[in-house]
Amino acid sequence: MLISRRAIVAASAGLAGLAILPIGLRAQEATTAPVKTADEIIAEFTGGAEVSEGDGVTLTAPEIAENGNTVPISVEAPGASAILVLATENPTPGVATFNFGPLAASQAAATRIRLLKTQDLVAVAKMADGSFVRTAANVKVTIGGCGG
Amino acid sequence: MASRREFLQAGLATSAILAGLGMTNWSRAMAQQALTQDQLLQFDDFGNLTLIHVTDAHAHLRPVWFREPATNIGVGEAAGRVPHVVGESFQKMFGIAPGSPEAYALTYPDFESLARSYGRMGGFDRVATVVKAIRAARPDSILLDGGDTWHGSYTSLKTMGEDMVRVQNLLGIEAMSSHWEFTFGTTRVQELIEMCQFPFLGANIYDVEWDEPAFEPYKIIQKGDLAVGVIGQAFPYLPIANPKWMFPEYSFGIREERMQEVVDELRSQNVDLVVCLSHNGFDVDHKMAGRVRGIDVILSGHTHDAIPEPVLVGETIIIASGSHGKFVSRVDLDVQGGRMAGFRHKLIPVFSDVIQPDPEMAALIDDIRAPFTADLEAVIGQTDHLLYRRGNFNGTWDDVICRAILEERDAEIALSPGVRWGASVLPGDITREDIHSVTSMTYGQCYRSEMTGETLKTVMEDVADNIFNPDPYYQQGGDMVRVGGLAYSIDPMAAMGNRITDLRLIADDTPIDPARSYVVAGWASINEGTEGPQIWDVVEDHIRKSGGVRQDAPVSNITVKGL
Repeated sequence: MLISRRAIVAASAGLAGLAILPIGLRAQEATTAPVKTADEIIAEFTGGAEVSEGDGVTLTAPEIAENGNTVPISVEAPGASAILVLATENPTPGVATFNFGPLAASQAAATRIRLLKTQDLVAVAKMADGSFVRTAANVKVTIGGCGG
Repeated sequence: MASRREFLQAGLATSAILAGLGMTNWSRAMAQQALTQDQLLQFDDFGNLTLIHVTDAHAHLRPVWFREPATNIGVGEAAGRVPHVVGESFQKMFGIAPGSPEAYALTYPDFESLARSYGRMGGFDRVATVVKAIRAARPDSILLDGGDTWHGSYTSLKTMGEDMVRVQNLLGIEAMSSHWEFTFGTTRVQELIEMCQFPFLGANIYDVEWDEPAFEPYKIIQKGDLAVGVIGQAFPYLPIANPKWMFPEYSFGIREERMQEVVDELRSQNVDLVVCLSHNGFDVDHKMAGRVRGIDVILSGHTHDAIPEPVLVGETIIIASGSHGKFVSRVDLDVQGGRMAGFRHKLIPVFSDVIQPDPEMAALIDDIRAPFTADLEAVIGQTDHLLYRRGNFNGTWDDVICRAILEERDAEIALSPGVRWGASVLPGDITREDIHSVTSMTYGQCYRSEMTGETLKTVMEDVADNIFNPDPYYQQGGDMVRVGGLAYSIDPMAAMGNRITDLRLIADDTPIDPARSYVVAGWASINEGTEGPQIWDVVEDHIRKSGGVRQDAPVSNITVKGL
């Protein structure tokens, strides 16, 4: 038996609903200031500290976007205090910084983002010890058709 | 792919994997010149469980001619390894004698003359005979269908897939995966699933709105004292390669981490074996097998490859069982202590003149076809040459379709989808059923519109990258879009955006001008609201008007570079 969230929500309509996520989310700010590059945003986030590649942060994204206007992504970095997410080739590369308080049960977040074109997504996690780890995933935005 | 030697070494290392690979037996049978049903089905029973795999029949109920590809370019790590080996190289790799039945079944050389010697292949009444024979020998068998079963013929279009569900139920399918099934639209898919006496599995099919699993991911099938976990994996790029407006509720994707999660879940329930019934396509399955831990067997579909030996990746075997009902794979397994300890495999070729039709299935197929007999058998014209589609670039059938589009829709350039389905036609009559075999679909409108040279190039680059991206996870498993009225060069190994060069209009031999607008006609648009006559009517009109299909001036001119 497959139990879906949709079914549960439908079944429990009338009951109180949503859990409160222990995350602070700072969405990218609308601004008239010059757009910062991905590197600049990373430098700001790390304060110029060294960023190591690899284990510790996971970025999950589709290889090919089904709809570039709303691409589901998720990030996870056990023990992190913050995770920065960038879409490197978007006109404004900043996507989000997820900050996790000491009471956060897990250091994971999921959202949907808009991608202008095929590009690398980058996630940088600030770990509890102050170190930084980085990972990337390439997401292709395609015209489609002709499969089979 | 693993060589035969690596195979045996691996077998010795793990335990009782046998030297008696199916192909060897088959070759021996063939060498005796006399094909008999007993020889085709001959198999020394092995182990304690049998998997039977059928896939990608594309609703071809009756036996077909089907010419295997002459061009199947592999990029990156896949270069030079199956299934990217064709013709004589394929024959050498597997020790197949030119002109033998197996050469006819698996490769393209001399196809036309061998087709006349060895006859059509497939047909669900013959497949039923094979399945029944295996089950009689091996009560503990599991019959699995990799999908692309409901779509692809006149009768499946007219019955909206119901004919195939009836056939699957009678055959005793025990689980299926999917791809073109979804092009009947969500409502119809749900109706058909209700009719299925077996589960429709899809671990990677998610609800778009809630981003959570929308279908049963797996089914644990009990055979004897073994619990077998069968995971379904739908074609990952359905909403990109096919019209997503027909199934807007669902999201797909490879979702490798999801596959690992489902495998782990099955392992935690102490299943004895984990089988992935996949519609990923062979190269994607090959990569996935190396990255997801704990799958014993991948039954691979989508890319229509018939591979006579299992391909070993780590401790996972990948079985590729061809298309259009030409083959049935039998995999005998020795399952011990929660894992596969050994296997024996045979890709059984369904020679329709050799294998007796099963009367029960033959009766059902007759019943399905009866209301449509006159339409199916209507002779539309004749061809003076072999018509086929399969291959990376235009086949002769595609040339006919593109010429029909150019002339009937008065276009400068024709585009026809690079799908891998559609049977071949030998010189002689072309029936309406033959035309539907290469055109049938729920979005067959033949549009006519304008496109700039720049857009045309962008579209072709995009499609080329979907086939020739060196990372299999970015491939969609089709072939290159077919073109009419157009010449071009392609370098499959080049980077995205740089593969297509020398685009020229054949009519006046001028370079395609990026700024000029061209009249382009085509079919199988993924956009909602596409208007135009159905492509099968366009092709039929063209064949009737021209008095048949002749091999005249090339409708396309494609140069492949950089190999």
